[in-house]
Amino acid sequence: MAKGLTLKNVVIRKDGHTLVAVDHHIAPGEVLTLMGPSGSGKSTLLSYITGTLAPAFGAEGRVLLDGTDVTDTAPHKRHIGILFQDDLLFPHLSVGANLAFGLAPGGSRAERTEKVAEALKDVGLDGYADRDPATLSGGQKARVALVRMLLSEPSALLLDEAFSRLDAERRAQVRNFVFDRAKAKNLPVLMVTHDADDAEAAGGHVISLANATPHDVAP
Amino acid sequence: MFHRKALPLLPVLTVLVMLGPLVAGLWGTILPAFGHLPSAGLTGPNASGFMALLDWPGFGKSVQLSVVTGFASTLIALAIVMLVVAGWSGTRAFTVLERLLSPLLSVPHAAAAFGLAFLIAPSGWLSRLFSPWLTGWERPPDLLILNDSFGLTMIAGLVIKEVPFLLLMTLAALGQAQSTQSRGVAAALGYGLVTGWLKTVFPRVYAQIKLPVYVVLAYSMSVVDVAIILGPNTPSTLSVQIVRWMADPDIAMRVQAASAALVQLALVIGALLLWRLGERAVAAFGHRWVMSGRRGAADRAVAGLALGAGMTAALAVLLGLVVLLVWSFAGFWGFPDALPQAFTFKSWMRHSMGVLDALWETAVIAVPVTLAALMLTIGCLEAEYRYGLRLSQRGIWVLYLPLLMPQTAFLPGLQTFMLSLGADVGRVPVMLAHLVFVLPYVFLSLADPFRAWDSRYGTTAAALSASPAGVLWRVRLPMLLRPILTAVAVGLAVSVGQYLATLLIGGGRVQTLTTEAVALSSGGDRRAIGVYGLMQTGAALMPFALALMIPALLWRNRRGLRHG
Repeated sequence: MAKGLTLKNVVIRKDGHTLVAVDHHIAPGEVLTLMGPSGSGKSTLLSYITGTLAPAFGAEGRVLLDGTDVTDTAPHKRHIGILFQDDLLFPHLSVGANLAFGLAPGGSRAERTEKVAEALKDVGLDGYADRDPATLSGGQKARVALVRMLLSEPSALLLDEAFSRLDAERRAQVRNFVFDRAKAKNLPVLMVTHDADDAEAAGGHVISLANATPHDVAP
Repeated sequence: MFHRKALPLLPVLTVLVMLGPLVAGLWGTILPAFGHLPSAGLTGPNASGFMALLDWPGFGKSVQLSVVTGFASTLIALAIVMLVVAGWSGTRAFTVLERLLSPLLSVPHAAAAFGLAFLIAPSGWLSRLFSPWLTGWERPPDLLILNDSFGLTMIAGLVIKEVPFLLLMTLAALGQAQSTQSRGVAAALGYGLVTGWLKTVFPRVYAQIKLPVYVVLAYSMSVVDVAIILGPNTPSTLSVQIVRWMADPDIAMRVQAASAALVQLALVIGALLLWRLGERAVAAFGHRWVMSGRRGAADRAVAGLALGAGMTAALAVLLGLVVLLVWSFAGFWGFPDALPQAFTFKSWMRHSMGVLDALWETAVIAVPVTLAALMLTIGCLEAEYRYGLRLSQRGIWVLYLPLLMPQTAFLPGLQTFMLSLGADVGRVPVMLAHLVFVLPYVFLSLADPFRAWDSRYGTTAAALSASPAGVLWRVRLPMLLRPILTAVAVGLAVSVGQYLATLLIGGGRVQTLTTEAVALSSGGDRRAIGVYGLMQTGAALMPFALALMIPALLWRNRRGLRHG
């Protein structure tokens, strides 16, 4: 059984022409970067992997997670985490409740509260559980969003322009933070970005989608 | 609710709930219209109903009244709204009107009509305020202001209620029309404010509010409660006459009523076609006007007039409520005193039992109907989200059909149909009839915010292993609490205001605040009308206040939802 995220001959089409074609295996702890300008269909590939592709697109190919084919699995049963450029913290829940939403079920209420508090402490947000997410800074929100995703114990992580809303200084900081955590958890990571710095920081394979005519430059 | 197998069926159920009564009602109209009414021992087909209708001396006049009041009130209301928006949007005066919008909208038609009547009647508040020092009147003048035979007061009563409705629809459309930019460009090219707006923004806005305008036209032509309170009665409008014939103890009169209902339907269809022709004419004229390059001459005067008319309409509703309030607490109030000699609780005490019973009946109908409408609406929208079962353009027409269909054309038939099935008149059939009108408004109110919700929240929640039902209940609905409560308030207000559906389908035995208030109109007991009119307004207004307060309380520590 091959650990990691495998994209087997995945092709995304719209109106008959190919947007993206990828055939790649991402090993645990590895980052694959998909580079390209906006509109080149990068995010569409991610929605195919999470199982939320809009009906307007056509797609073929298989998605395997740790050797299991999840292509036809319901989105919420895939255990594939995703972070967008916006933090998307649920605005009606406190920071702690957001994390509890992500935390895999099980354990008593006290244990869960404890786990959430620890996770917050772990990322330097000790005592933030009761805060309104709207009152956090951009960097803090990004950290909470990542922690929430990791608490759900995903088997892979997708990053959809996850750092593009942050200012230059915070960007590097958050990026390193995300990559470190993902590596520590031994997660395969697929990142789409239009920023060369992101790709460089990731250090893994890079697939470039130039001018919406994709060619795979990876070995 | 929303079991995986049941969800895709909800859109079908919704269409059935809305169109079923329409079809049944038309069926129940067509048969007796052609003289076929077995329950009265009549078998057709024949044209006896239509013959009787033509023989009725008031026929021509009542048809004319329906057409004239319908067209006049729609045209005036539309003109006021378009010109006010053209001349004033973005100004402080406009913000005042915008603020007044929700309360104005929620005032039921009947209460607004009573308020207007108490203001402008010969013995009304305006006449009292200016007598005798200005007018010299020591007694109410002998003028036929209310129920005037041209229907002018009725037109005014419709206009003051349709202006806020069309304004709301226009505000929603403005957002998508990039009006500010177009207006800036037109101004830079030297166009007057109103002229520039009419030439650039109006065509786009009108395309968006077309269906609501049709609704206003169809409604104004066939309205019953406003026509009973303010309209002429020698003869009445055709719709009022239909209701009278339906109430006639001689069951054979139903044949004539059904024939008249079909005529009413034909009138509305004809009027809508005529309106569409009018649209073409206006478009052709507008095109020539644009080509002429005229910059506009009287823009300021036109804008000023329109604002005056708009403010007058708003004031008429608000002052009307005040005068209802004064009457409900009035002791002896002789003409021409501006205020009663004493204020007392007597009217409220005397009517407390009746008004509380009616409030209870109103709530028992409105609450379940609105909740059912909300459930079906959310079910439809969620099915659309999960399965891409999106309403087509034709689907929008299905939503508007119950609002475009003249009530007098199918509600009498629905009553006949239900009686022929042996289904008793009463509360449950009344609820089903209310649902036909409540559902479209709840749907139209919730659809835009529901669809505008950022679906990446859904993707994120699913990535966190939340099931589709979990996403709906734990993320989407809480985030949409404010628009959901607003939709509920809209639904409740629509149900509270239903007159004809309650009267006809309830067989006169279901007594809500609205039917009781309208029934009082013939007696002329102003104190009783004040009590019932205010309670009716309160029942419609309260939910809107709660819809504002509940999210503000619940989300007081959630900045991200404060303006959601």
